[in-house]
Amino acid sequence: MSSTADVLPATGPARPGCGVWLHGVTRDVDPALLATTRGMDGAAVRAVRAAGLVAVVSAAPLCEYGEEALRRNLEDLAWLERAARTHHAVVAALSRAAAVVPARLATVHHDDTRVAGQLTARRVELTAVLDRLTGHDEWGVKGYVVPGATPRTAEPAGSGGAGAAYLRRRRAQLTARDEGQRIAADAALSVHEALAGHAVAARRHPPQDRRLSGASTAMVLNGAYLVGQGAVAGFRRLVDSLAGRHPELRLELTGPWPPYSFAEERPAGPALAVREPAC
Amino acid sequence: MTTSLAPSSADDPLAYRPVALVDLLDRVLATGVVISGDITIAIAEVDLVRISLRALVASVGALAPPEPPDAVPADVHRAPEMPA
Repeated sequence: MSSTADVLPATGPARPGCGVWLHGVTRDVDPALLATTRGMDGAAVRAVRAAGLVAVVSAAPLCEYGEEALRRNLEDLAWLERAARTHHAVVAALSRAAAVVPARLATVHHDDTRVAGQLTARRVELTAVLDRLTGHDEWGVKGYVVPGATPRTAEPAGSGGAGAAYLRRRRAQLTARDEGQRIAADAALSVHEALAGHAVAARRHPPQDRRLSGASTAMVLNGAYLVGQGAVAGFRRLVDSLAGRHPELRLELTGPWPPYSFAEERPAGPALAVREPAC
Repeated sequence: MTTSLAPSSADDPLAYRPVALVDLLDRVLATGVVISGDITIAIAEVDLVRISLRALVASVGALAPPEPPDAVPADVHRAPEMPA
């Protein structure tokens, strides 16, 4: 056994037939929090300690979380929702207690030793990210197009028969829609820039597919902002004020989130691509 | 409104309010620190978001009305497709 994995005595190492699902990395964790937080297999999460850092992990039975099983299960909406919410509940519980670097969904290691090896190999980078995230939360601001809030082009006059008139109308409608989308995109950019100015870091996720979000109009902004806990009131006021200044957009604030969108150092350098050697 | 992607009361009841699954997937699939897991290395090398969106759209398609004809091009960014 490697001496790098310092597993809490109350829990023990991963069971045979189980991988180790990584939830996130933090500096330290209260054993009481571990004992009351359920991981992927429904049992309490555990700590793997190395290099002055703590990886919070849970057992992931390989029949469900092994490579082949994951490929299949990630395409199952009910499975994906349960996995995402379980993982999120752990990350959120850690995030309420202290800064945490969340792991991406479905990061599964063979055993605790491999997890500890990652903590050791990436100590400098992880420590820097924890320093940056301490005292901050992520907030989301989504912007949707408000139909009719953008100018419409006038119906063009012209000669020709009903067919030509139809084509002119159709072209005018398409032009108006393009114009509406351009105006909404410009508004999204100014809203994002204003919010980014009030945040320590900001990024834009791709707009959500309406088939997934169920939104009635198109999303033009899917922003994430890392905001100091002392600056949240001002951030909320800014969102309100931007909503008033941009009637062409409907803004929606979500959060606080654990800092999922800011877990990596930017710019992403080669250090982030370091992979464990194969067995 | 879709059904299964609405905020769920099963989510964390404390400071973090119930979250919409679609917002959560933006974050847990596409972001978060990439510490390569042994088992999921092969999966991590393809685009998890695309894999899962393909599945989600297929699942949701059975529940929700079809995409309105006025869908804007922005949605194309997240169109489901097979990873290369």
